[in-house]
Amino acid sequence: MKRNDLKSWIKSGAPGVWMSGGAVAIAIIMTLGLLAVIAVRGLGHFWPADVLESDYRIPGQEPRVLLGEVVEVEEVPRARLLASGLPVAAAGGEFMTRELLKVGNRDLFGSDFAWVVGEWLANPRTPDEVLVVERREWGNFYGYLVNVKQDGQVVASGAAAWAELQERLERANRLQARLERLQRRDIGAINHGLERLRLKARKLELDGRLDAAAQADLEAERAELGARYQALERQLGELRRQVDRDSITLRASDGREREIGLGKVVRAYRPNAMSTLDKLGFYAGKLWEFVSDEPREANTEGGIFPAIFGTVIMVIIMAVIVTPFGVVAAVYLREYARQGPLTRVIRIAVNNLAGVPSIVYGVFGLGFFVYVLGGSLDRLFFPEAAPAPTFGTPGLLWASLTLAILTLPVVIVATEEGLARIPRAVREGSLALGATKIETLWRVVIPMASPAMMTGLILAVARAAGEVAPLMLVGVVKLAPSLPLDANYPYLHLDQKIMHLGFHIYDVGFQSPNVEAARPLVYATALLLVVVIALLNLSAVYIRNHLREKYKALEH
Amino acid sequence: MNDLAKQSQGSVGNPLGIDFDTPALKRKRRVRALKDRLARWYVSIGGLAVLGAITLIFFYLAHVVLPMFQGAELQPQDAAQPAWLAEAGEPLLLAIEEQNQVAMRLAANGRIQFFALHDGSPLSSVELPLPAGAGVVAVGRDQPGSRRIALGLSNGTVLVLEHNYRVSYPDNVKTITPQVDFPFGAEPIPLDERGRALEHVALSLDGDSLLLAGAVGPELRLVRLTREENLLTGEVTVERQGIELPQIADPIRELLLDPRQRWLYVLNGRATADVFDLRQRRLNGRYPLLSGQREVTAAASLLGGISLLVGDSGGGIRQWFMVRDAEGNARLQAIRDFRLGDAAIRQILPEERRKGFLALDDAGRLGIFHSTAERTLLVEPVAEGPVLAALSPRASRLLVEDGGQLRRFVVDNPHPEISWRALWGKVWYENYDKPGYVWQSTSANTDFEPKLSLSPLAFGTLKAAFYAMLLAAPLAIAAAIYTAYFMAPRLRTKVKPAIELMEALPTVILGFFAGLFLAPFLENHLPGIFSLLLLVPLGILLAGYLWSRLPDALRLRVADGWEAALLIPVVLGVGWFALAISGHLENWLFGGNMRLWLSNELGIPFDQRNALVVGLAMGFAVIPNIYSIAEDAVFSVPKSLTFGSLALGATPWQTLTRVVILTASPGIFSALMIGMGRAVGETMIVLMATGNTPIMDANIFEGMRTLAANVAVEMPESEVGSSHYRVLFLAALVLLLFTFVMNTLAELIRQRLRSRYASL
Repeated sequence: MKRNDLKSWIKSGAPGVWMSGGAVAIAIIMTLGLLAVIAVRGLGHFWPADVLESDYRIPGQEPRVLLGEVVEVEEVPRARLLASGLPVAAAGGEFMTRELLKVGNRDLFGSDFAWVVGEWLANPRTPDEVLVVERREWGNFYGYLVNVKQDGQVVASGAAAWAELQERLERANRLQARLERLQRRDIGAINHGLERLRLKARKLELDGRLDAAAQADLEAERAELGARYQALERQLGELRRQVDRDSITLRASDGREREIGLGKVVRAYRPNAMSTLDKLGFYAGKLWEFVSDEPREANTEGGIFPAIFGTVIMVIIMAVIVTPFGVVAAVYLREYARQGPLTRVIRIAVNNLAGVPSIVYGVFGLGFFVYVLGGSLDRLFFPEAAPAPTFGTPGLLWASLTLAILTLPVVIVATEEGLARIPRAVREGSLALGATKIETLWRVVIPMASPAMMTGLILAVARAAGEVAPLMLVGVVKLAPSLPLDANYPYLHLDQKIMHLGFHIYDVGFQSPNVEAARPLVYATALLLVVVIALLNLSAVYIRNHLREKYKALEH
Repeated sequence: MNDLAKQSQGSVGNPLGIDFDTPALKRKRRVRALKDRLARWYVSIGGLAVLGAITLIFFYLAHVVLPMFQGAELQPQDAAQPAWLAEAGEPLLLAIEEQNQVAMRLAANGRIQFFALHDGSPLSSVELPLPAGAGVVAVGRDQPGSRRIALGLSNGTVLVLEHNYRVSYPDNVKTITPQVDFPFGAEPIPLDERGRALEHVALSLDGDSLLLAGAVGPELRLVRLTREENLLTGEVTVERQGIELPQIADPIRELLLDPRQRWLYVLNGRATADVFDLRQRRLNGRYPLLSGQREVTAAASLLGGISLLVGDSGGGIRQWFMVRDAEGNARLQAIRDFRLGDAAIRQILPEERRKGFLALDDAGRLGIFHSTAERTLLVEPVAEGPVLAALSPRASRLLVEDGGQLRRFVVDNPHPEISWRALWGKVWYENYDKPGYVWQSTSANTDFEPKLSLSPLAFGTLKAAFYAMLLAAPLAIAAAIYTAYFMAPRLRTKVKPAIELMEALPTVILGFFAGLFLAPFLENHLPGIFSLLLLVPLGILLAGYLWSRLPDALRLRVADGWEAALLIPVVLGVGWFALAISGHLENWLFGGNMRLWLSNELGIPFDQRNALVVGLAMGFAVIPNIYSIAEDAVFSVPKSLTFGSLALGATPWQTLTRVVILTASPGIFSALMIGMGRAVGETMIVLMATGNTPIMDANIFEGMRTLAANVAVEMPESEVGSSHYRVLFLAALVLLLFTFVMNTLAELIRQRLRSRYASL
C-alpha cells in the first residue's frame, strides 16, 4: 500500500481502522479509569494526612486560624467565585484555587468541611502538636491537647499530657470493648430469651394450655432472666463509670476549649509528628477497622463488617438454594427432555430470563415470597407473634430466595453448556459397559461437568453479590441491629433483615445526612465490592479456560 | 437404554463360567434399575418444577395486575321492611356511618331515625328542635366525608347539625352510639328575613368559619358565622355577618360551596351556572352548562370540593371545575362527560375517600363512575323508579329506600381509579390548567387525586435508554468490529476479558460513581466534555495519519492490529488537554459559568444529575453487553468470505464494510436490542444518577424518572393490594414483557444467523 498523501491514506480505509481502534482504547480507558478513581479515593481515605494550620484572610475581615486536612483542590474561574458572592478581586489571573478542608469539630463549627479560597490562606504550617481525635459522636476533632483529667482533676498538662493520654486511652478502649461485649452479647441474649418467653406464653394462650402451672414456669424463667439482667446492669453501670473516669481538654483552632470523656474517643493521633512507618502502621490499623468493625455515626464512620457479613451469608444461602435446582433443571433439559422445538423454546426463555431487569425479580419477591409465602407461614406457624410479622416481612430468607431465582438462569445455562461439551464417546463408553443412565450421569458426566457448574455458581455469586435493586424490596436495611448469625437459638435468623455492601453504598452515598463525610467510606466500600466481584469473575474465567483445555485433550 | 431387570444372562455360554443370575446379583440389578427409574422421575419432575417456577414470575405479576381492570360489582342483600318505616314520613336524606353498622334517615317532619344497617331494626331516634309549624324543605350537605348537614326550614331559617357515631367497648364489645350534635347551637339561624321557605341550602365549614347559603326563588341569601370559644369559660360566641351578592333573575335549582369558601356555584334557570367569587364578592361569570333542551336535575361536588358534577335530564353527568386560562383568570371549565342512561339523573353520590361517584336516575338505574380515570365501572338497575340512596364512607355499601323497603347492596369496587386512559393518556387533573401526563402517586392530604400516568415514567425510561445507547452503540460496535477483525490475536485475548469484566461491575458502583463523582465533575467541566467529544476523534485521526508518515523503520516495529494500544496514550493526552482547556473555554465563551449561561441565555434548565450523566454511566454499563455479542457475530463470519474478498483485491476496510459487516449485521442488530433491553431495565444507575423527577422533557440537562427506579423508590411504601401497589406491579410487568420480547427477538435473529453461517 502506497502512503504518499492524505488522500490515499483516507482512501485506504485507515481512518476507519484507527477510529474503531480508538473505540477500544476509550472503552479500556473508561474501565481502568473508573477502577483507578475508586481505588485511589477509597484507599486514600485511611491515610493519616498531615493537618495543615493556616491563617485565613478573607479581604475585609479579621484573619482567623484554620486547622484541617486538605481534601480536594480545584481550579475555579475567577468569575464564578465572584458570582457566588465572595469578595474576590475582579482583576487578576483567570483562575483561583479553591480548597476543601476537613476542619472537623462539627459540634463547634456546625459542619465538618469548609471550602476556602486557596489564595487567602497565608502562612501554612504543620505543627507537630496538632492532635486529631476520632470520636464516637460528632466526627473528628482537630485541635491541641490542653490537659488530661481524672475525675475532673488535672493529672497532666502541656508536653506530658500526650504520653498520659495514650496510656489512658488504651485503658478506656479496653473497658469500652468489654462494655460493648456485655451489651451486645449478654444483654442481647437476655432480651432474646425474654422475647421467646413472651411468644411461648402467647402460644400457650392461643392453644388454650396456659394454666397456672405453665404460667408459674414462665414466671420463674422470667424472674431468673430478670435477675441476670439486674446483675449485668450493675456491671454495666460500674464499667461505664470507669470508662468515664478520664477526660481530656482540647483547644480548637478558634481558641474554644472542649472537654471530651475518653469513653467517647476511638483514637487520638498526631499525624504531623508521625513518620512514614508510623503512618503505614496506622493505615493498616484503619484498614482493619474498616473491614472488621461496626459502623458508627449513621454509617459514615467506622467499619462495614455487618454489611460484609450480611452479603456473605445471603450469598451462601442463595448458593445453597440455587445449585441443586439449577443443576437438576439443566440435567433435565440436556439429558432427559426430548430435544425438539419445545426444549428450544424453553432454552431461549431461560436464557432471556437472565436479561430481565433485576427489579422485576424484586417486585416478584416482595409480592410472592414476602406477602404470599411469608404471610401464609406466619399464619400457619407463628400465630403467637401476630400482628407483628415474622416471615411476612422482608428478610434474609426472602432476599436469598429472590436472588436464587434471579441467578437460576445463569446456573442453568452454564451447567447445560458444560453437559453439552462432554464428548458423546464418553457417555457411550459408560453405557456400553452396562451402566444405567443415572450411573453414567452420576459417575461420569456430572463429575466431568462439575467445573462448568462451578463456573456457573461463581458467576451467580458474583451477580448476586453486586445486585442491589431487588434487595431494596426484599430484606436489606441500612442498619441491622444484630447479625443474622449469632449464639442465640435458632442461631441462623432467616427472618432477620440484613445489611448489604451494595445497599450500603447506595444508602451512605445518597441517603446519608452527611454525604461529604461519608464519601471516602463509600469509595472504600465500592472498592471492596469491585475487588471481590472481579476476583470471582476472574476465577470463573480461569476455570472455564482450564476446562476448555481439558476437553480438547479428551477429544484426541 | 439398558433395562437390567429384564435381562437375563444365563451362565451357560458364559466363557468365564461366572453365574450372573445369582439371587444377590439379580437383586442388585433390580435395585439399579429402580434407581434409574427413580432418578428419571426425580430429575424430570424437579426440572419441570424449576422451569415452571420461573414462569411463575410472569403469572404472578399478571395475577396482581389484572384485578385493576375489572369493573365494579353490586351484590344485593336481603331487603328489610321495618315497621317504623311505614309512618316515618317522607325521606330527605339517608346516610351510613364508617363501620357499615348504623344508618340514619332524616324525614321531612324533622325526625332523625338511626337504625341497624343489616336488618333495619330501629336503634334510636331524635326529634329535631324545629320551631312550631316549621318543616324541613331543603337539605344541604357539607363536603363528602363530613357529617355536617344544613336543613333549610319553611320559616326561612337554617338548622346546622352533625350526625356523629361514638365507638365504645363496654364489656369488650364494640358498640356504636349514634347522636346528633348542633355545632352552631340548636337554635335555627335566620337566613331569610321575610320568613319564606328556603328552597335550597348549602354550607361549608372552614376552621371556625361557617358559610351558609340559601335560596328563595331567584333570591340568594348568604351568611358567614364565626365561632369563637372563650378559653377560660368555655363559652361559645357566634358572630354573624351577612354577605351581599349581585342578585340573579332565574329561579335557583342548586347551590354549592367549595370548601375553601372561595366559590359559590349557583345553578339556575334551565342549565346555567353563576359562579360567585366570594373573596371579591362579585360574579365571576355565567356559564351555560348544557346544550339543547336538557336541563340540570342533580348536582354534587366531588371529594375535595374542587369538582362539580352536574347531572341532566338526558342521563348525562358532566364534571366541571375552575381552571386558570391564559390570562390567569379563573373560569368554569367542562372536563369530562359520563353517561348513565336516558332518564334524568336524580341523585349523585360522591365517594368519601376517592374521586369516584355513584349516580341514580329516574328509571332506578345505578351507575358507578370514576372521574379521573373517566371510567364507567357499572350500570345496573336497582329499582323501578326514582329512589333515595346512600353510600357508605368506604364506598362498600349502598342503601336504597324504595317504596317502604330498605334495600342493601354490597359494592365491590376496589380499583376504580385505573384505566387505560388514566395510565397512558393525557388527563385533566383538578387544579391543573390543562390536561397533562403526571405521575404523583401519594400526598399527605386525604382528598388527594392520585395521578398515576405511566407515560412520564415510560418516557423517562426511553430517554435514559436513548442517551445511553447514543454513547454505547457506536463505541461498543466500533470496538467490537476492531477487536474481532483488526486486532492482533494476542492483544485480543487480553482486551476481550477486560471489556467483559465491565459487565460484571455491579451497577450500584456505576450509579454511585455517576452520582457522586461524575455529576459534579461534569457540571464543573461542561465545556471540556463537549470539546472532548469533538477533539478525541480528531486526535485519533491525526495520530493515525502521523503514524502513517513515520519512517518505516519505526512504524514496522509495531505490527498491525496494535493500533488500539498505541491510541491509549493519545486518547489520554487529548482527554487531559480537553479538560485542561475547559476552564479557559468557560471563561472565554460562557462568562465563567456554562451552567448559568445555559439557563440564562438559552433558557435550558440544568440539573446536576441529568440525562448526560445517566447516558455516560448507563452507556458504560451497556457497552460490554453490546460489545460481546457484536464481537461474537463479527468474529464468527466465515473466514472464507473475508479471504475471498481480500483475494479479489479489496482492502481490509473494503472487505469489512462490504462483506463482514453486511454478513454480521443481524448479529450486531441483536446486540443492540439486548443492550437496549438492559438499558431499559437498569435501576440503580438511574436511581442514583438522576434526581428522579417524573418530567416529560427530552432536555439532556434535566433528569428523569424511569419505570424501574420508580418501582424501587415507591414499592416499599406502597400499601399491599392498593391501586398504587398494582400499578407498580404493572410497571414491573411492562418491563418484564419489554425486555423479554426484545431478548427473544435478538436470540431468534442470532440463531438464524448462526445457521446461516453454518450453511456457508
